[in-house]
Amino acid sequence: MGRRLSDLLYGHRRTQVGLLLSGPLGWLVVAYLGSLLVLFVAAFWQLDTFSGAIVKQPTIHNFETLLNSDVYRRIAFRTIGIAAAVTVTDALLAFPIAFFMAKVVTPRMRGLLVVAVLMPLWASYLVKVYAWRVILSQDGILNWALSPLGVKGPGYGVVATWLVFSYLWLPYMILPVYAGLERIPDSMLDASGDLGGRPWLTFRRVVLPLAFPAVVAGSIFTFALTLGDYITPSLVSSTQFIGNVVFANVGVANNLPLAAAFATVPVVVMIVYLLIARRLGAFEAL
Amino acid sequence: MHLSSRSRWLLRIGTGLTLAFLYLPLAVIALYAFNGQRVQRWPIQELSLKWFDKAFHNPGVRDALLTSVKAGLGATAVALVLGTLASYAVARYRFFGRDTISFLVVLPLALPGIVTGMALNTTFTQVLGINLGLLTVIVGHATFCIVVVFNNVVARLRRTSTSFEEASQDLGADAFQTFRRVTLPQVRSALVAGALLAFALSFDEVIVTTFTAGQQQTLPIWILTNLSRPNQLPIVNVVAVLAILLSLIPVYVAQRITADPVTSAAAPGADIAAEPVP
Repeated sequence: MGRRLSDLLYGHRRTQVGLLLSGPLGWLVVAYLGSLLVLFVAAFWQLDTFSGAIVKQPTIHNFETLLNSDVYRRIAFRTIGIAAAVTVTDALLAFPIAFFMAKVVTPRMRGLLVVAVLMPLWASYLVKVYAWRVILSQDGILNWALSPLGVKGPGYGVVATWLVFSYLWLPYMILPVYAGLERIPDSMLDASGDLGGRPWLTFRRVVLPLAFPAVVAGSIFTFALTLGDYITPSLVSSTQFIGNVVFANVGVANNLPLAAAFATVPVVVMIVYLLIARRLGAFEAL
Repeated sequence: MHLSSRSRWLLRIGTGLTLAFLYLPLAVIALYAFNGQRVQRWPIQELSLKWFDKAFHNPGVRDALLTSVKAGLGATAVALVLGTLASYAVARYRFFGRDTISFLVVLPLALPGIVTGMALNTTFTQVLGINLGLLTVIVGHATFCIVVVFNNVVARLRRTSTSFEEASQDLGADAFQTFRRVTLPQVRSALVAGALLAFALSFDEVIVTTFTAGQQQTLPIWILTNLSRPNQLPIVNVVAVLAILLSLIPVYVAQRITADPVTSAAAPGADIAAEPVP
């Protein structure tokens, strides 16, 4: 049986590829892209004002609501703002450890450090957010640790959201930056030194420009992951972000079309971001 | 690069602080699991193992754990089959649109989880009229788990030479025999690693799950619903430790198997994969 099928397919490379890909492509194109298309179409549906039922006739009503509302606009900008703040924070935090891993330690130590950065990345997302909820709480360890200094922690709020996002996505920034720094040949740094560049000058004029695409690559994760998250803000603040509005409209308000319309915002932002990132050479750095 | 000993020390301290930042929150939760009191106050007054006992006998936790394991196994099985097929096609054939495949595979993880979740939810409930449950969770999880299997296997296939496969065919083996007896043993550890990572990814996922689970509770969903019940928090702490261990053990084993940390769990695209989230 296997032999006969195998003989039949022999030399028909196109048929072979077709058979191999039919499963995975069928799944991803039909189940996934198809669903995305449905979601996009649903953004143009509307709720019947009286019955609350979904009317499946195309209208741009939802987009008008979103564009004309101060609240939604503010929420959109707030979300993009915090995504940008988290990205900058993580880039700054990632550099020292990434540089240390790539250029200072022995290969054995490097392997250990990569694993050490990788493990928290895989530890349960929800548990990490919950841990911060406990740490930042009134009776939590942060207030306890700060109390001798007479200071209080930030408590729950926008600052907490920024802090927790920065914590959650930091490994996603460290790993690409580390990989980018590792690719810079040591000889280039030595050359800069031989030509009289002091370490700080070498860092600014040689290391930074060469590592920049890797930073942009890392920022894709920190930015995208922040844009769509609604669980972190809801656990450590009462501030609304795009994700919270979308989630509330799917669940409580039961206005799926409006939620679908608002969900196009992070998708469009991400597409623009990816296009810019590609021009900056981030994809070669991935 | 020549660094002054002062810069070296600064880098060392920076690295130490960053690692402390990454691990301290996990350590805090682990400590709270041993907190003898019901109130979550720091410093912890008395240590006790009683919440472990309570958690293991809690029917909600047991059901959620079972659901999570079922969903993880189902999603991993689907991802293994689809990811392997796709990676074999991409690594061993040349065809139009080959580069698009790796993009398509990573898309479910690159887009915000809320978008993937809502898209699947809308299709299930509005178009297909399916009841949400374990099956829809598996479909959702499998969709974003394919990429970890794909990345692991494709990387391995690219590193292994095709000459063994050609030799096998020259010696008269048919395509299926060659795949089973030559290709498969070469990629076996990559398959195991991919499967472990896929399971870990599925086991931790929250956002897509909230949109596809209906009445089913996976372990993360159980944690999420019980966070708002102060009485349950001591048990949540124990479950949190369990969740960390159950996601880190597969990842650690996967690391050891592939022995190349950068290409296994942090390969391009796979580190998006990494994310239990979003």
